[in-house]
Amino acid sequence: MSGLRGDAATDFGALRKRYPSVFAPQIVQRWPILAVGLLMALLFVYGLWRLEFSFMRMWTGLAQLGRFATLMLPPIAQSWPQALTFARALAETVSIALLGTLMAALLAFPMGFLAARNATINRVVQFMSRRFLDTIRGVDTLIWALIWVNVVGLGPFAGVLAIMTADAGAFGKLFSETIEAADRKPVDGVVASGGSRLQAIRFGLLPQVLPVMLGQVLYFFESNTRSATIIGIVGAGGIGLHLSEQIRTLEWQGVSLIVLMILAAVALIDVVSGQLRFAIIGERSRNA
Amino acid sequence: MTARHPAGRQLFGYGMSSSLPTLPDAQLAPLLEAYKCARAAKLRQTALFFVALTLAVIVSAKVAEIDLFKLGANIGSFFNYFSRLFVFDSGDLQGRSVLLDIGEWYWGFRKWLRLLGDTLLIAYVGTFIGALGAFLICFSGARNLSPNPWVRGVAKRALEFFRTVPEIVFALIFVIAFGLGPIPGVLALSLHTFGALGKQFLEVVENIDMRPVEGATACGASWVDSIRFAVVPQVLSNFVSYTLLRFEINVRGASVMGFVGAGGIGQDLIEAIRKFYYTDVSAILLMIIATVMIVDIATAHVRHRLIGLEEAR
Repeated sequence: MSGLRGDAATDFGALRKRYPSVFAPQIVQRWPILAVGLLMALLFVYGLWRLEFSFMRMWTGLAQLGRFATLMLPPIAQSWPQALTFARALAETVSIALLGTLMAALLAFPMGFLAARNATINRVVQFMSRRFLDTIRGVDTLIWALIWVNVVGLGPFAGVLAIMTADAGAFGKLFSETIEAADRKPVDGVVASGGSRLQAIRFGLLPQVLPVMLGQVLYFFESNTRSATIIGIVGAGGIGLHLSEQIRTLEWQGVSLIVLMILAAVALIDVVSGQLRFAIIGERSRNA
Repeated sequence: MTARHPAGRQLFGYGMSSSLPTLPDAQLAPLLEAYKCARAAKLRQTALFFVALTLAVIVSAKVAEIDLFKLGANIGSFFNYFSRLFVFDSGDLQGRSVLLDIGEWYWGFRKWLRLLGDTLLIAYVGTFIGALGAFLICFSGARNLSPNPWVRGVAKRALEFFRTVPEIVFALIFVIAFGLGPIPGVLALSLHTFGALGKQFLEVVENIDMRPVEGATACGASWVDSIRFAVVPQVLSNFVSYTLLRFEINVRGASVMGFVGAGGIGQDLIEAIRKFYYTDVSAILLMIIATVMIVDIATAHVRHRLIGLEEAR
């Protein structure tokens, strides 16, 4: 040991005497954090026990997974027609995501204004729209898909409607937060020069929030492509149907192929939407 | 610009009663021209965007077999479905509102509550494992802390993979490997959480103030020491905030794990929906929505407290 560390080590006793508070046991000051940590750890252990975790099951499961992983290589389809079917299903998935996101945005646009504190009609309307949006948001896309399948039958249309309803809640919340965060001054300016309430929203609020909203919509398009891949599991169209079928029939090569296709599609959309988002926000900064 | 000039200030600053000064026409004309040009360019851009969007919509509508007539014909049955959710379809109270007999509506309350508890536990354990993994990997994936580009690349690609594959897909595969029950659900959620939180943690770590790290290194701290004493105190509150947000998302995700046989309340829900047990659907759905809302409010409360602490420091 050399230098600072060595000096400190030889002088340890004196240091300790000079700065008692630094060397005091930390349990005293930290007991709330430690208590919370202990509770969380206990809950974790209880959860493991309650959900029937066991080393035996983990071990056999992991061994199985390892076997599946070797069976997944190489990721190829059984035949060309099958590969074509997968490609078509993937296109369907992207279409579902695009249409669902757009329709959700259109639905949520007025809802966002109603739910925003600074653009709504009155407090009651604002409160009611907020709760309504929360309720929609509380239900998962997959549940909406099941319900829509009951209404319009199996197929991608149910998927579009499911993405639409699930996202309308999320968009409504995001939009209203964006509107509430907007600058008041342009709105005041429009009102001061004699603009009506609607004109204040159109010329004071909208130019501020529209680019942000578009960015959010683009971001959701990417994440919805991911959700659209799974709604096929309950029969609402897209590649999910083929994926779950391949998994159930233990066609592991098909599974890995589909997963790779999904990854590629999501990556592509990520790049495109990222560039579009940059273009929109760049334009905005130029205007400002 | 003229207002900055002393003479200009006298002219415009105090002369409130005089009319607004305008530029001479010779100067105004080119400005107006430029304004019109800019407006036209913007309009063209917007029009182009809308044309592209419309084309994309038409193509996707074709692919997704959108049939607005079908929706028009069936929209009635959508509302009909929701009204049927709240009406008994058998028993003494057939055709009457469920509110008349809450006990009958929630006949399986105890069972559902237990399953809902399991769902929460699945979300909790999954978040716990995933957050732990994300915590362990985020420092070796961060540009400012991990010098080896290979380690960084592998960490980032792995996180991307686990984030992009939907958790239900993991659950489908795990159900076959581990058997039916909550274990595949927990593992699927934890893998997805690992990917999603890992990315967020990594970004937080990459944005830290490096001076404490340099200080710790200068005092002779090892890599682990410097992370413990210079990095973790900076990032912990953000980590906790992101983890709480993820827990809320995972509660929603855990509620559908049962759809593929991976435990929780989803099993009973999908059975009720598939077999058209309308009142059961509404009962279970309302319980899920209430739970998600409570978790949402509680985690938001804790997160705001955390942010408050951070600002007070």
